Amino acid sequence: MNTTQRVVLFGATSAIAQATARLLVQQGCSLFLVGRNAMKLQALVDDLRVRAAPGQRIESMNADLDIIDGHAHLFDVAEKNLDGIDTVFIAHGALPDQAACEASVPLTLALIHTNALSVIALAGEAANRLQTQGHGLIVAIGSVAGDRGRQSNYVYGAAKGMLALFLQGLRNRLAPHGVQVLTIKPGFVDTPMTAEFKKKGPLWATPERIAHGIIKAMRSRRDVVYLPWFWYWIMLIIRHMPERIFKRMKL
Amino acid sequence: MNALQSWGRLFPAHSGPVWRPDERSSLLPHPEIGGLLPYGQGRSYGDVCLNTGGTLLHTAGLNRFIAFNRSTGILRCEAGITLREILALTVPQGWFLAVTPGTRDVTVGGAIANDVHGKNHHSAGSFGHHVLQMELLRSTDERLLLSPQQQPELFAATVGGLGLTGLIVWAEVQLVPVHNAFMTVETTRFANLDEFWLLNTQAERLWPYTVAWIDCLAKGAHQGRGILMAGRHAAAQDELPVWKEQIKTIPVTPRISLVNNLSLRAFNTLYWHRAHEGVSLSHYVPYFYPLDGISHWNRIYGRAGFYQYQCVLPPEAMQAGMAELLTRIARSGEGSFLAVLKTFGQRPSAGLLSFPRPGATLALDFPNRGASSLKLFRELDAVVQHAQGAIYPAKDARMSATMFQQAFPQWEQFRRWADPAFSSDFWKRVTQPEK
Repeated sequence: MNTTQRVVLFGATSAIAQATARLLVQQGCSLFLVGRNAMKLQALVDDLRVRAAPGQRIESMNADLDIIDGHAHLFDVAEKNLDGIDTVFIAHGALPDQAACEASVPLTLALIHTNALSVIALAGEAANRLQTQGHGLIVAIGSVAGDRGRQSNYVYGAAKGMLALFLQGLRNRLAPHGVQVLTIKPGFVDTPMTAEFKKKGPLWATPERIAHGIIKAMRSRRDVVYLPWFWYWIMLIIRHMPERIFKRMKL
Repeated sequence: MNALQSWGRLFPAHSGPVWRPDERSSLLPHPEIGGLLPYGQGRSYGDVCLNTGGTLLHTAGLNRFIAFNRSTGILRCEAGITLREILALTVPQGWFLAVTPGTRDVTVGGAIANDVHGKNHHSAGSFGHHVLQMELLRSTDERLLLSPQQQPELFAATVGGLGLTGLIVWAEVQLVPVHNAFMTVETTRFANLDEFWLLNTQAERLWPYTVAWIDCLAKGAHQGRGILMAGRHAAAQDELPVWKEQIKTIPVTPRISLVNNLSLRAFNTLYWHRAHEGVSLSHYVPYFYPLDGISHWNRIYGRAGFYQYQCVLPPEAMQAGMAELLTRIARSGEGSFLAVLKTFGQRPSAGLLSFPRPGATLALDFPNRGASSLKLFRELDAVVQHAQGAIYPAKDARMSATMFQQAFPQWEQFRRWADPAFSSDFWKRVTQPEK
C-alpha cells in the first residue's frame, strides 16, 4: 500500500502548501485542508476539486492553529473525512517583523507560539496517532533561518530551530514504528509572506520549485532536506563560522 | 525571478512597483502616482503590457480553477491561469479551447484583453465570442459581473480593452468538444499569392482551421509562395499515435540577431521545398503552437529585440494590398522565419477595440535594426492606411496615434468605459494629441 495517499495539510493556503497540494492531487492523493482564511481556503478547495479525479476526496476546515486546544478535533474530523490519515503536512507560519519583535516581548512570544509551539503541538498529536497505526509520514516546514541565530531574523530563526530539534527527536522516537519525519528547510521563497523583500536574485525560488523538492523528499524517505539543494552548502558554511567572527557580521 | 518585460524585448523591464494579487478577494492598490495595468505572462510583443511610471498588477497568483462542468464544457477560472494549464486539464476530458492564439503561454485575462484570434477565425470568431461572463475589479473597489447580457457595454469595452477597464479577476469560457488530442491536417503548397486566394477560399469552406505560411523573401513569379495548413480536430481513431512534447530552450541571448538575410533565405527555401503535402494526423501542440517547444525563442533575435508587424486589410483591398506589402518586405530583405497569412471571417468582433475584422491578416517578425526597420514599417503603414486596414495593438510597439485612431474609431467611445486609474505605455502613445 502507498502510505502517502491520505494527506492532512495544516496551513494549506500558504504558497508552498498550495503548490504541494496540487502535486499531491496529481499523484492521486485525497486531501484534508486546514487554513485560517476561509475565502482563500475555499478557492483552493475549488481549484483542487477541478483537478482531482472522481474518487479523490478534497475536504477542508477553517481553523486558527494558534488555538492548540482545537488540534485534536481537527485530526478527528480529518480522520473521519479521509477514512484515516497517512501523511500530516504542517506548513503554517508567520514571518515576523524583527524590529517590531525587538520592541515587544509579547509579540516575540506570540510569534514563537505560531511558528514553533503550535507546530510542535500538531506534530506531537500526529506522532501519537501515526505511531499507533504503525505507518505514516510527518512533514513540517522549517527554515534555513533555524540553523543559526542572526540579528536580522532571530525570533523566526529561534522558532524554526526549536522546531527542527523537536522533529529530530521525534524522528528518532518514531523510526522503529515505521513513521517517517521529514524536516523541510527552504531558503528564500518568493511568496506573499516575503512580498516585502525587495531583493529577488538567484537565491530566490518559486513555491512550485520548493513543492517539487518536497514531493521528491517524501518519496525518497529523506529526513532533512534543504530546498533548493544549494542551501545545504550555504548553511554548512554559515553554521561553521566561529561565533567570535559571526557575532560581528551583519547577516 | 523573471523581470517583467514584453515579448519583443524592445523596452527595458518594468522598474516600478509590482502588486501581486494572490486571491480573488484581493483589493487593488491605490498608489499616489502612476496608473495601474494588469500584467499576465508578458507575451504581448510591444507595450500594451507595460506601464512606465505606474504599477503593474502581476496576475500570476490568480491561478486557480473555480469550476469545470465536464458535461457542458463550461470552465470558470481565475484570470492568471494560462491556456496551457487549461488544455492540460480539459483535453484529456474531451474539451478544447474554442479559440486559441499561436501560443499556450498567455493568460485567460490577456486573451480576453487582447481579444486574441486563431486559425479558426473564419468559423469561430475570436476569444471574446466564447467568454460567457467575467468579474471586473475597478479602482473604485467595485466588483462587476460582466456578460454579453449583463452590463453589455462594459463587457464589450473589456473584451479587447487592453486591460484598461479594470482587472479581470476571473472568467467563464465555453469550450468545444473533441474526441482526442490530435488534428487532421491537410498541407498544400501554393506557388504564389493568386493560388493562395483560390486555395484558401476552398479550404475555408471545408476546414474549421486554416493558416498559411509565406516565404516572405521570394520575389517575382515566386512572390507569395507558401504552404497552407488546414485542419480539424481528429475523429475517433482506432489507435492514437504516441506523442511526447520535447522542450528545447534558447539558453542565452546572443549579442546580435541570429536571424539575418542569409539564415532566413536558407530556412525559408528549405522549409518550402521540404513540406510534405497531403493529409496527416498531428498532435494539437505542433499544429497550434509550433514555437512553444522552444522556450525563450524571442532571444534568438539578439539583445536589440524584435518587432512583430501584424496588420489586417479589408476584403476589397486585401489582394492588391498583400502583394504590395510582400513586395516591399522582399525588397527590404528583412522579415522572419514565419510570415503568417490568414483570412478573417465575417463575424463582428465582441469587443469595442478588437483587432479582428473581415479581410486578411499578415504577421511577421523583424529583428530590430533601428532606423532601417522603422523606415520599412512606415512604408508598410502607408500601404495599410491606404487600404484602410489596421495594426494589431497586442503586437505593436510603434504605430502612430493617427494610425491607431483611424483604424480604431471607437477609441473615443472606449474612453468612457476605461478605468481612470488604469494606463499603459501603449495607450499613452496612441492617444496623445496630434503633433
